[in-house]
Amino acid sequence: MSTSSPAPQAVTTRLLSLRNVNKSFGAVAALTDINLDVAAGEVVAIVGDNGAGKSTLVKVLSGVHLPDSGTITFESNPVSIPDPTAALHLGIATVFQDLALCDNLNVIDNLFLGRELRPGRLNEAAMETRSWELLRQLSAKIPSVRIPVASLSGGQRQTVAIARSLLGNPKVIILDEPTAALGVAQTAEVLNLVERLRERGLGVIMISHNMADVRAVADRVVVLRLGRNNGDFVVGEVSPEEIIAAITGATDNAVTRRTAQIDLRSASADKGVTRS
Amino acid sequence: MITSTLHATLPSDLQDERLQNRLGLRGIIPGFLDKVRGGDLGALPVVAGLAIIWTVLQILNRGFLSSANLVNLLMESAAVGVIALGIVCVLLVAQIDLSIGSVSGLSSAVLGIAFVTNGWNIWLAVLLAVLSGAAIGWLYGQIFNRFGVPAFVITLAGLLSFLGLQLFVLKGQGTINLPFESPLVYFAQLAFVPAWLSYVMVVAATGSLFLVGYSRARERRAADLSAQATSVIAVQSIALLVGLGFAVWYLNQARGIGWMFVFFVALVLLMHYMLTRTKWGRSVYAVGGNVEAARRAGINVHWIYTSVFMACSTLAAVGGILAASRLAAASQSSGTGDVNLNAIAAAVIGGTSLFGGRGTAFAALLGILVIQSISSGLTLLNLDSSFRFIVTGIVLLLAVTLDSVTRRSRTSHGRA
Repeated sequence: MSTSSPAPQAVTTRLLSLRNVNKSFGAVAALTDINLDVAAGEVVAIVGDNGAGKSTLVKVLSGVHLPDSGTITFESNPVSIPDPTAALHLGIATVFQDLALCDNLNVIDNLFLGRELRPGRLNEAAMETRSWELLRQLSAKIPSVRIPVASLSGGQRQTVAIARSLLGNPKVIILDEPTAALGVAQTAEVLNLVERLRERGLGVIMISHNMADVRAVADRVVVLRLGRNNGDFVVGEVSPEEIIAAITGATDNAVTRRTAQIDLRSASADKGVTRS
Repeated sequence: MITSTLHATLPSDLQDERLQNRLGLRGIIPGFLDKVRGGDLGALPVVAGLAIIWTVLQILNRGFLSSANLVNLLMESAAVGVIALGIVCVLLVAQIDLSIGSVSGLSSAVLGIAFVTNGWNIWLAVLLAVLSGAAIGWLYGQIFNRFGVPAFVITLAGLLSFLGLQLFVLKGQGTINLPFESPLVYFAQLAFVPAWLSYVMVVAATGSLFLVGYSRARERRAADLSAQATSVIAVQSIALLVGLGFAVWYLNQARGIGWMFVFFVALVLLMHYMLTRTKWGRSVYAVGGNVEAARRAGINVHWIYTSVFMACSTLAAVGGILAASRLAAASQSSGTGDVNLNAIAAAVIGGTSLFGGRGTAFAALLGILVIQSISSGLTLLNLDSSFRFIVTGIVLLLAVTLDSVTRRSRTSHGRA
């Protein structure tokens, strides 16, 4: 197993570090001795098969689950994240896979949910102006911010969810499968967005199944397998095969076998073409 | 060419070319039709229903729409209307409170015992009754949050227990009469707004509607957002002035408007403000729409549930005090019978969705007018409560059917 050295600047500007984090549900150890580092201006992709513990890790970081043991260090201070509010206060924003939007509320209400301006007499004009600013920064294509979120498309909803996480000026943003439900153009937009987040100096943790997306934007790839760390790669120094091997735990796995089969088939098809 | 010049003049929130122009006076009707087609009916069904009910009852009995009867109808609406206002809040977070009748009965019993039997100061007795309601709501909230018992069951238990408590504390006395000269009874039976003051209030109401609308539009224009044209706000305000002015003039032909009804309307307006213009209100709608999303947005969901249960029980207690004042008595039958059902039915008929996250404070006002109209009209026809129950039941079923159908329509129009 290859464990590449972390990027040199990560040591100095390390934002968030997890050391030996454990979490189990009953007899099932969902996370075992997980280590993770995120630096400012770094995109870390977390990959792994279904059940590898990616979602549990996200939930630990966003305050949905408390870890059983282990330390979380944020900006060199040991912290605990007992609930989602604590995570937001620290500066860790999470965009969940199910986006967690209120369908009955409009875009502005959803963006400012839980942090409305002027709680006793809502400042709707300021919130709407800010919403437009934010959405235009993300070059979102949303016709009106005063329509219920239910009437938006999947990509628009994703944009709203990401825009919402940016409102609190977070330092670390966690994206859980941000491109899973998106079309080609919208995926590209979200990836651009991720790069913009990096340029703004945020630490980005991106969970993804899509190798192409991971290689397109991530600086590092952290592989989880059955709740354990199974590799930490610098993108550019690693081939997709190596990542897949780390994900599945073997060089001989379903993916390589399938690739081999396809190669074989296309080779024989080529032969058929040349023969006729 | 044309689009680019168009864009330059449009405010920053209307620049998407997919948006159709719904600005100004000419945009009112198409905008309204868009909403209705999308299943966002608002107050339309209940207003239409009220018009039909009034027409039918007026045909059946010439006295129904008389000033005297309408004055009475409004006075009768206030107590249960206040309770329905609490139910609107609970329904907005997709929960239910079945114990409002018992809580209102218990509150009137507390008032009677403290004020009449023990000779307390009347306002102290009122305060105690209101606080007992708030305490009950707090208790519901704790049980709901800590143990996750469905609100249906908690409040069903509350219905039985607090009814029992009411019967227990009134045991031996049965009925406590409130003295007629007490300010509460005067307030609920005899206090009417003087004619001149009622017109002043109408002008003040429409004037403040105009000012609020105008200042909001100015604030939005300053932020380069689309805003309602002053002409639209003026037309709305004038329409309200004419409508309210006529209503008040008509009621003033008889005794006029009771202060108790004014108090109810004031509570509705206050709740409307709380629900639409405060962070708490947004949180209530968010919890009703998607509780998990609300929780992840950092909203204290437990506090929202507790505060909503407290608001509901407190309003139920206030309703109980008003009902006792109106009757000039607190008895073992206060708050029993159809109070529970009428309050819940009023909130739902008024357009509050049983599925949560949809409805306004005005639902309580409009809904209770429907219920009270049916009740008053059938009483005028010398029909007993059996008919009242049947008709109210049918109207309730129609209202919920409409809610379910429009919900489906909203889903298909992407406005769920």
